[in-house]
Amino acid sequence: MGFLENLINGVSLGSVYAIIALGYTMVYGIARMLNFAHGDVIMVGGYVSFVIASSMGLNPLFGILVAVIVCTALGITIEKVAYKPLRQSASLTVLITAIGVSYLLQNTALLIWGANPKVYTSVVAGWPQLQLFDGQLIISAETVVTICACAVIMIAMVTFIHRTKIGKAMRAVSEDPGAARLMGINVDSTISITFAIGSGLAAIAGVLLCSSYPTLMPTTGAMPGIKAFTAAVFGGIGSIPGAVLGGILLGIIEIFAKAYIGTQFSDAIVFAVLIIVLLIKPSGLLGKYVPEKV
Amino acid sequence: MVKGTTVFGRLWKGPFGTYLIVVVAYAIFQVLASAGSLPSVIVGLLPTICAYISATISLNLVVGISGELSLGHAGFMSVGAYTGIVAATCYSAVIDIPWLVFILAMLTGAVFAAIAGFVVGVPVMRLSGDYLAIVTLAFGEIIKNIMNNLYVGLDDAGLHFSFSSAQDLHMTNGNIIINGPQGAVGVEQLSTFFGGFILVLVTLAVVLNLIRSRSGRAIMAVRDNSIAAESVGINTTKYRLMAFVVASALAGMAGLMYAMNYNAVVPVRFDYNASILILVYVVLGGIGNIRGSIISATVLVVLPEVLRFMSEYRMLIYAIVLIAVMVLPNVPAVQRFLDYIQDKIPFFRSRDEVPGDVTEGAE
Repeated sequence: MGFLENLINGVSLGSVYAIIALGYTMVYGIARMLNFAHGDVIMVGGYVSFVIASSMGLNPLFGILVAVIVCTALGITIEKVAYKPLRQSASLTVLITAIGVSYLLQNTALLIWGANPKVYTSVVAGWPQLQLFDGQLIISAETVVTICACAVIMIAMVTFIHRTKIGKAMRAVSEDPGAARLMGINVDSTISITFAIGSGLAAIAGVLLCSSYPTLMPTTGAMPGIKAFTAAVFGGIGSIPGAVLGGILLGIIEIFAKAYIGTQFSDAIVFAVLIIVLLIKPSGLLGKYVPEKV
Repeated sequence: MVKGTTVFGRLWKGPFGTYLIVVVAYAIFQVLASAGSLPSVIVGLLPTICAYISATISLNLVVGISGELSLGHAGFMSVGAYTGIVAATCYSAVIDIPWLVFILAMLTGAVFAAIAGFVVGVPVMRLSGDYLAIVTLAFGEIIKNIMNNLYVGLDDAGLHFSFSSAQDLHMTNGNIIINGPQGAVGVEQLSTFFGGFILVLVTLAVVLNLIRSRSGRAIMAVRDNSIAAESVGINTTKYRLMAFVVASALAGMAGLMYAMNYNAVVPVRFDYNASILILVYVVLGGIGNIRGSIISATVLVVLPEVLRFMSEYRMLIYAIVLIAVMVLPNVPAVQRFLDYIQDKIPFFRSRDEVPGDVTEGAE
């Protein structure tokens, strides 16, 4: 039973990573940039839903909606103000700007909400637990909701990318922005939409993350952000099924390492697995291998 | 004034000018500090500034000269810092001269950091670009995680190591040197401003000489076009690894200089935020520009201290300044304004314009 419980917890944590990793992988695939501020958008999503649900006492589901709207707007604003002028700049310039945005979000949150951790009330508090095998295996409502949300989001994203016109434009831009522009695709607005979707997903991830691990601080998003980014790389950056697979595997590895090897070294093990995978398959699990041209 | 044509101008443009800047800056700060006109916070910060300058120059060797984005530089600083502190504790039992202990500890830290750089570098150099960046980040986090669980103690029987707890060291009457998440405790504060100055000079000597050597040209050739470099017989992996290992060794020394300026150093000091901080110094100073690294590290280490009067707003301002410096030069309106100023006021006309701009060069 212990094994099964750990597996389910791992899939649940991995689902959160997967949702965050989707945002990373889409932005990377289309804008070719490492958006280091993505983890902090998660934190903003967590705080906004916290304010709506716990401080104002409104319906938690309304809190999720507001969080998604705020984060989407935030993502679009960040992209317009900070990243858009740097479209033609070196990737390091963009990376440092993203780090600056990350500091800005963390310190703004610090000023508004303070450094003391907030205790987050789960959005599904009071929902019934799932009991299996005569109560030997108890699965919390948070776990079920997280896993379902991840599955729904992944299916929705794959459908969106492959079945809609905007999705097609996104694929074209990620393949070749110059050629996409020649075909009449508005590259700038496509990138904006990508940021909007990624940030909206980050808000959902923030709510789910804080529901399962209820401490909310200005730095809450940083470590999950980094882990989700490694998950995106793990699964093959730019690939949506890859991000989900990478996220879930990373979550399982982390929980198993905590359960069977020891809490202290779980992070080291997660990163060691990432390194091994990248050495064996440098483009990630589901990434496409692009040969270097002379 | 035409720079670069007179003897002095040529010397000024070369490594000599860089050494001169460092020596003059040291002299000025030393005089100010002994005259008591520097705030005590800044005086205490001087060895730290030197440590960050060396760390920034060494990271610039990787990022600017070798062209690899490394996000785990602080990991090598922590390896150097912790091995150096353990070594210093052992040496001071037999050697009575503090500066000799410090130098030997520095060398030990550098050797261990170089070994760590080699162990990390061999697999990392199989990758490139963003993948390399993420793997160095992962290695940095692994090193931090190991340091967070490392316990080292010293008693009559010698050194004791453990990965679980301080009790597990089984010591009777020894001292704990490294105490897991609390880091190195009871560190002898051996770092001095003069020591830091020497460290900066050593770092500069190593990096500047490496850049101007055959190996350095090979490293830059690999950076500019690895396929072309390989086709003329340069062993790309060897030279990329060389830059990485040298930078790691220098980072280890910088880490020890930083650590020995404080009484206690926690491993979290060397997490990925620290690596990113040094990367910010490198990029703001100019990628590949050693002098820029020195100036930006100095200014950016001092800036948060100067901004301390704004208490909780200082990091916010720091973030805004960082974004503004990166973004503003790329905003068309600001570009036009800068061009206008350069056009109207001769003083701001930059002397080294983009190559190919003939009219500007004839000034």
